[in-house]
Amino acid sequence: MSDQTLLKVTDLQRHFPFREVQGLKMVRATVRAVDGISFTVKQGQTLGLVGESGCGKSTTSRLVTRLDEPTAGSIEFEGRDITHLKEHQLRGIRRDVQMIFQDPYSSLNPRHTVGSILTTPLKVHGLHKGKEKQRVQELLELVGLNPEHINRYPSEFSGGQRQRIGIARALAVEPKLIIADEPVSALDVSIQAQVMNLLAKLRDELDLAFIFVAHDLGVVRHFCDQVAVMYLGKIVEYGDKKKIYEAPEHPYTQALLSAAPDINVARGIAPKERIRLVGDVPSPIDPPSGCRFRTRCWKAQDVCAQQEPPLVAAEADISTRGRREGGLHLQACHFPEVKTDLVAEVEHSA
Amino acid sequence: MSTSTNTVSTRTAGANTAGEVVLDVSDLSVAFPTEEGLVQAVSNLSYQARLGRTLAIVGESGSGKSVSSMAVLGLHNPKRTRITGSIKLDGLELVGAPASTFQKIRSTKAAMVFQDPQSSLHPFHKIGKQIAEAYQAHNKVSKQIAHKRAVEMLDLVGIPNPQRRANQYPHEFSGGMRQRAMIALGLVNNPKLLIADEPTTALDVTVQAQILDLVNDLQKEFGSAVILITHDLAVVAETADDILVMYAGRGVEKGSAKEVLAQPSMPYTYGLLQSLPSHSEDLDELKAIPGAPPSLLNLPSGCSFHPRCQFKDQVPGDACFTQLPEWRPTPGLSNREIRCHLADPVATLQLDEGAR
Repeated sequence: MSDQTLLKVTDLQRHFPFREVQGLKMVRATVRAVDGISFTVKQGQTLGLVGESGCGKSTTSRLVTRLDEPTAGSIEFEGRDITHLKEHQLRGIRRDVQMIFQDPYSSLNPRHTVGSILTTPLKVHGLHKGKEKQRVQELLELVGLNPEHINRYPSEFSGGQRQRIGIARALAVEPKLIIADEPVSALDVSIQAQVMNLLAKLRDELDLAFIFVAHDLGVVRHFCDQVAVMYLGKIVEYGDKKKIYEAPEHPYTQALLSAAPDINVARGIAPKERIRLVGDVPSPIDPPSGCRFRTRCWKAQDVCAQQEPPLVAAEADISTRGRREGGLHLQACHFPEVKTDLVAEVEHSA
Repeated sequence: MSTSTNTVSTRTAGANTAGEVVLDVSDLSVAFPTEEGLVQAVSNLSYQARLGRTLAIVGESGSGKSVSSMAVLGLHNPKRTRITGSIKLDGLELVGAPASTFQKIRSTKAAMVFQDPQSSLHPFHKIGKQIAEAYQAHNKVSKQIAHKRAVEMLDLVGIPNPQRRANQYPHEFSGGMRQRAMIALGLVNNPKLLIADEPTTALDVTVQAQILDLVNDLQKEFGSAVILITHDLAVVAETADDILVMYAGRGVEKGSAKEVLAQPSMPYTYGLLQSLPSHSEDLDELKAIPGAPPSLLNLPSGCSFHPRCQFKDQVPGDACFTQLPEWRPTPGLSNREIRCHLADPVATLQLDEGAR
């Protein structure tokens, strides 16, 4: 892993305007899907985006891949501003940034053979001219599929194998950054681990950077270096994995960790504290004023409704400044408080 | 039930009948004839659900967990399904029973909550009306009383403002609220058995925790038996009393949920648990089970799990390849049964865990 910044996202926004009929009136409204988020991804680094449905994680991944154009803010890839590039100018970016989708059933064309699915990106970018077939077989081998299956159709493969084809397609053009949107959540439990291991192996071998979108906190902890927790289009906590999981400061992160069932409970290692949120995530059309989490937060006070808390250095980092371990940890809460006992403590018998 | 007072009857009988077997499934097989051949979805499955306890049926897609539970409520098309064996619900034999029998038991003796509350509630009818209708189907009461009952049920499952909410349509509810309404609908006739088929899979984590808590609370209050069908072992760990692990249409391990998850004694259960990432510890590599689940059109000979089992070499001869393992108590563990040929599975699996 080098220190070179690959992707820099600053104050990114994506608003979807729409019209709604209310009685006899036509009302204009806006869904604030992503509302001012900033993060960076370095070469070979993996950033996890977690949050509940509607928090903007998938919109963020579509913006970063430039499948969608941001309303405001900027996206820099390798120092180049790609925020508002036109389709024909995006060619190079399309090669450097690839995507792996959630559903291996709908993301592969059922009428194309595996060979044709994997050859297309090579042809589009003019890579491995004349040796396409050889490259496709290499790719199949790389993701653990039989190179002889080049003439088969997606329907002849199982879900896990199809996801491997999707991974091979993303790798075909030798990208630097891969956006993986829930890559294992459609797979069976026993297959998830195989695909996770494959992704980890490829990341290390090819020095890939990842943005990993997932709702499964166990999978994110296993795969990511840094984690950004999103709520209603905002990042509420962002930092190194260890800090987010072991010393979270934002109440939402704490509630999320506490609510996720953990298999270690069965092994007799119970978490010490339980937090149960009431209600559902509010609508992103008319998000709460001030702090967006305040409607479900047990700490909420008047100031939370008036002022939006900025994303600032975490409390623990400020109080121990000078002798802190280093590493990134930002949070956006008016009343941050470290909680260290939300996940089960696992004793390792080295 | 006490329709005269119109109160939600919280059955306190749960205390003295707890542990009574409500559902006794034995030797159940479900097969679907198709153009390509016979899909053997469930083979020789046996389990029991008891009052006041939650039984988790765990397995991957295609393991037969949903198919077997749908057979309990008679949800398969009898013309296209071959069901053999026995399903006894509260003493009543259901295999081969006519449609009228199923109509009587649905909702009064057994009810089901499905994965997707969006598609299992009728979009054109108000929530309150749907619940009232289910109540009226089995109780001779007026519309007003049935509506009142529906409002009480919505209140019971924690829906704020139930009076107003009862007059809303499903699309006006959020996902978690809809699943609460589904649970209210399931419980309106006080069934002895509630089958929850992946009730939280479509929900967000924080809402999932609310719904699981609700199911647990209601079970304590009603004293009914709950069958929780899921693929999520972490959910099982936090909610279930008993567990049945299924693989390729057969049960492979059963026992107390906490004990099985803490110390699995069948290679498939062990493999599943080993392959899970946890949000409370860092692991270098996940220990995946190789291969994929078999096709139900063409099940492997002997033990269905043998093509993926890493311990098959430790069984003398070719038993794993040729003989279907019968249910037997796990040597050295009480209250545990497995289908496995390993002579001492506990020691074998412990040795393997230590070696890693």
